[in-house]
Amino acid sequence: MKVLVAVKRVVDYNVKVRPKADGSDVDTANVKMSINPFCEIAVEEAVRLKEKGVVSEIVAVSMGPKQCQEQIRTALALGADRGILVETDEELQPLAVAKCLKAIVEKEEPQMVIMGKQSIDGDNNQTGQMLGALTGMAQGTFASEVVVEDGSVKVTREIDGGLQTVELKLPAVVTTDLRLNEPRYASLPNIMKAKKKPLDTSTPADLGVDIAPRTKTLKVEPPAERQAGVKVADVAELVEKLKNEAKVI
Amino acid sequence: MSILVIAEHDNAELKGATLNTIAAAKAIGGDIHVLVAGAGCGAVAESAAKVEGVSKVLLADNAAYEHQLAENVAKLVGDLGKDYGHILAPATTTGKNMLPRAGALLDVQPISDIIAVESADTFKRPIYAGNVIATVQSSDAIKVISVRATAFDAVAAEGGSAAVESVDIADDAGVSSFVGEELAESDRPELTAAKVVISGGRGMQNGENFEMLYKLADKLGAAVGASRAAVDAGFVPNDMQVGQTGKIVAPDLYIAVGISGAIQHLAGMKDSKVIVAINKDEEAPIFSVADYGLVADLFDAVPELETKL
Repeated sequence: MKVLVAVKRVVDYNVKVRPKADGSDVDTANVKMSINPFCEIAVEEAVRLKEKGVVSEIVAVSMGPKQCQEQIRTALALGADRGILVETDEELQPLAVAKCLKAIVEKEEPQMVIMGKQSIDGDNNQTGQMLGALTGMAQGTFASEVVVEDGSVKVTREIDGGLQTVELKLPAVVTTDLRLNEPRYASLPNIMKAKKKPLDTSTPADLGVDIAPRTKTLKVEPPAERQAGVKVADVAELVEKLKNEAKVI
Repeated sequence: MSILVIAEHDNAELKGATLNTIAAAKAIGGDIHVLVAGAGCGAVAESAAKVEGVSKVLLADNAAYEHQLAENVAKLVGDLGKDYGHILAPATTTGKNMLPRAGALLDVQPISDIIAVESADTFKRPIYAGNVIATVQSSDAIKVISVRATAFDAVAAEGGSAAVESVDIADDAGVSSFVGEELAESDRPELTAAKVVISGGRGMQNGENFEMLYKLADKLGAAVGASRAAVDAGFVPNDMQVGQTGKIVAPDLYIAVGISGAIQHLAGMKDSKVIVAINKDEEAPIFSVADYGLVADLFDAVPELETKL
């Protein structure tokens, strides 16, 4: 079966981002960009399913500026077969991304779409669920285990109280949580090979999708700083402070 | 326009996060209706009707909603939500699973995980793992919002007397089914609801050593959590994880034991009222957010703390 994997270009998780001085946006000038960690887990899961013989083709799709090609190439180096870039320099909000993905799903007809549960920049945790709504596909969010069966997939989900398993009819959307797998590193020969794999480019307009933003960011600011308190000498002093100063025990 | 709040519950009782979400609804202002979708959940609707500030409870009692399958509940919320100005749900795994799906059905761009209400269309929410706070304004006719429970003080569970109205919609999308659940069982309070939380990190060295924290927790009526490092090392299960990728907590007292204080952990607990850090590395970043820091070997300090309490 065919699997579609969505990958997002985000500020690398090791970079500590800061708001711009005028508070208009986050300062992303000259910072390292990478594939969103949850998306990398999605690619890895698709590749493992291919290695097991469950999946025959993996299509990696990304959206945004031209540079998103880099993240598609990363996915290709990890084992995806071909790439699709939906190119735009406009801001893409999750609903717009879900609509573009829907258009691609209609064209490619994958049996499963695997994507990260959220991106580490916007932290929205929405796109997979919205793609499910728009296509009518079932959704297995926050997956820690994915087992494909005949015509269906069993997804074990990380929920607040523990784990929940659901069975979804295919085609379905799966969004990955951290413990689904540990992504591999791309080998140098695979990175070289990835450069020759096909990568098609289209635009939201080609897909017939209106990407006009629905929300506006009025300002960004750093969170309230917490002041460091005092060091206590020993356990006795700690207990005394908690009882008499903080009055929390 | 009225506000529709989606109740979090397990068909038996109304979960606390609902009360925080209703508090956010009050901050927006307007008539507050609560939707209880489930199966055999009449008692939950009765509790919701007693909550301060609620003017109506909608009860959708049907087998299709028993396990909160997103495909079914989102359809219901999409159907009912058309008549509302705002739709709010707690930003729990249940809310996060269902709400964006309902948003897309209404052609709305939802706003996730709000921590403050600026006005009826403008909200604050953390981005970049809490390193940045964004103020976001929605131009959609219906605002679909998930609420970070710890950022709003719960409304009173008693004092209201709303009418309960049955909703006769049975949305079964027929594409998903519930197979099973493995819920962590514990006599201790739930992490996100506990007044005191004790968390262990990589410094605990193994899962057996968490026994020390459990003993201390039982003395304080506390919940026990862990850092991602401790979870990744296999000491404890993932449902104990506190942090950006785990649970967000804001108890009255948070005791971090053997936790260095990675950004992703701090994002999950820095809104706690009082933070205590016990770590033998005096350079550990956790001390920069701790109200009381104790530089000590946790294997000495924790048992001593237990006996002194």
